[in-house]
Amino acid sequence: MDYRFNFDAVWRSFDLLLAGLGLGLGLAVISIFLGSLIGLVAAFAMISRNSLLRGIAVVYVTAIRNTPILVLIFFTFFALPQMGVRLGKVESFVVTLTIYAGAYLTEVFRGGLMALPRGLREAGLAIGMTEWRTNFWVIIPVMIRNVLPALSNNFISLFKDTSLAAAIAVPELTFYARQINVNSFRVIETWMVASLMYVAACYVIAAGLRRIERKLAIPR
Amino acid sequence: MADPLLVIENLHKKFDHLEVLRGVDLRMNGGDVVSIIGSSGSGKTTLLRCVNLLEDFHEGRIVVDGQEIGYAVKGGRRVRLPNSIVARHRALTGMAFQTFNLFPHLSALGNVTLGLIRVRGMKKDEAVAIAERWLDRVGLLERRNHYPGQLSGGQQQRVAIARAIAMNPKLMLFDEVTSALDPELVNEVLNVIKDLARDGMTMLIVTHEMKFAYEVSTRIIFMNEGRIGEEGPPSEVFNNPKTPRLAEFLKNSSF
Ligand SMILES: Nc1ncnc2c1ncn2[C@@H]1O[C@H](COP(=O)(O)OP(=O)(O)OP(=O)(O)O)[C@@H](O)[C@H]1O
Ligand SMILES: [Mg+2]
Repeated sequence: MDYRFNFDAVWRSFDLLLAGLGLGLGLAVISIFLGSLIGLVAAFAMISRNSLLRGIAVVYVTAIRNTPILVLIFFTFFALPQMGVRLGKVESFVVTLTIYAGAYLTEVFRGGLMALPRGLREAGLAIGMTEWRTNFWVIIPVMIRNVLPALSNNFISLFKDTSLAAAIAVPELTFYARQINVNSFRVIETWMVASLMYVAACYVIAAGLRRIERKLAIPR
Repeated sequence: MADPLLVIENLHKKFDHLEVLRGVDLRMNGGDVVSIIGSSGSGKTTLLRCVNLLEDFHEGRIVVDGQEIGYAVKGGRRVRLPNSIVARHRALTGMAFQTFNLFPHLSALGNVTLGLIRVRGMKKDEAVAIAERWLDRVGLLERRNHYPGQLSGGQQQRVAIARAIAMNPKLMLFDEVTSALDPELVNEVLNVIKDLARDGMTMLIVTHEMKFAYEVSTRIIFMNEGRIGEEGPPSEVFNNPKTPRLAEFLKNSSF
């Protein structure tokens, strides 16, 4: 192959790529945070004795996990406005990714809750804590520590899913990469740089999460 | 005579159709140390768990320090009290479990202070001072910053006992606290309980350690098929069983 690499066009627009990466990270952080809250609530609903709560949680998790995320993105962005819910494209994507993250994190948290020994909850109750306090001070902290590795994996894949926001023209990294590609025709260079930026970002996130895992790990 | 510290009247407990407690009556005064012995499945654990309201029960009443716990009669019907009140009633008693059940993410000190801070509403300093006093009492002050995973079974159980007692319960419940321990670790835990008995702590103890029960108890209860089969002072119960069931049970247990 006789191809001469020329990154000039990519470097000229590198600030756009960086801004896109920043936006993607921001979207991921917000969605993961809100998704974790939804996941926690839904996980408790899943193991609750109340069959209505359980039913709602099961329907939510099953529906979301069996729909491709791109379809969810389009649904929120194109179909919801028809039903009277109007959101900007960034908000629309955050809502979608949050709901999507919530469903996956529900499963992570539910597994974590089920794996806890029954005696842990009883020990909290036995010293006079209410169910709520026991959940807040004992059950959730222990469960989160136990599922940290699984959480990290989910966080990374949710970050990568932000690239799908390009499909509704949210100006994140993939969106700008496509723009540069179209304007400059430096196809290989553009996507090489964009890929490397994702790899680098994921690497840094993974390293950060591993540090947190080590810091929070239950000492043995 | 002083009011009794624990009154159990006509306690019945079913798991689905299996009636595990079939009318238990029991009275304890302050300072009493009552040990419950009996064969596996006779309902010993279930009885303790009812007193700590970890199980609900269908009939009968339990009164701790003058307060009927867990249930009230409203409009002629017996209803379980709301969780916040149940939590307060639970705090009247302390429980030590067979499997320790320490909070693994907290140090020994953190295990003891959690309830003091979150239930008793103490300031951190005050809670730490009390926790350190109890950890010292069970011989673990130097280990206060160790996590449960870094302690032996016997040490974990002693922390668990400190955690329960630091809450200043009226009555301590012990459910076979040494049966998950290696034999060489049993005595360090039993010695802690004996020490508490000398201090006048009121205790209800389920145990298979007959020698210990003999030494520490003011009274022995023999549970048999969900009822109190026999009871009396240790010397009576161990040396003069009146029922063939108890005689049989004692013959089969090492003493
Ligand atoms: N959660 C439960 N669900 C159903 N049955 C139970 C439950 N807990 C206990 N049981 C049954 O109740 C009976 C009494 O159990 P319990 O644990 O009180 O006995 P125990 O006297 O403590 O026995 P052990 O000496 O083996 O500890 C047993 O037949 C047991 O199988
Ligand atoms: Mg038992």
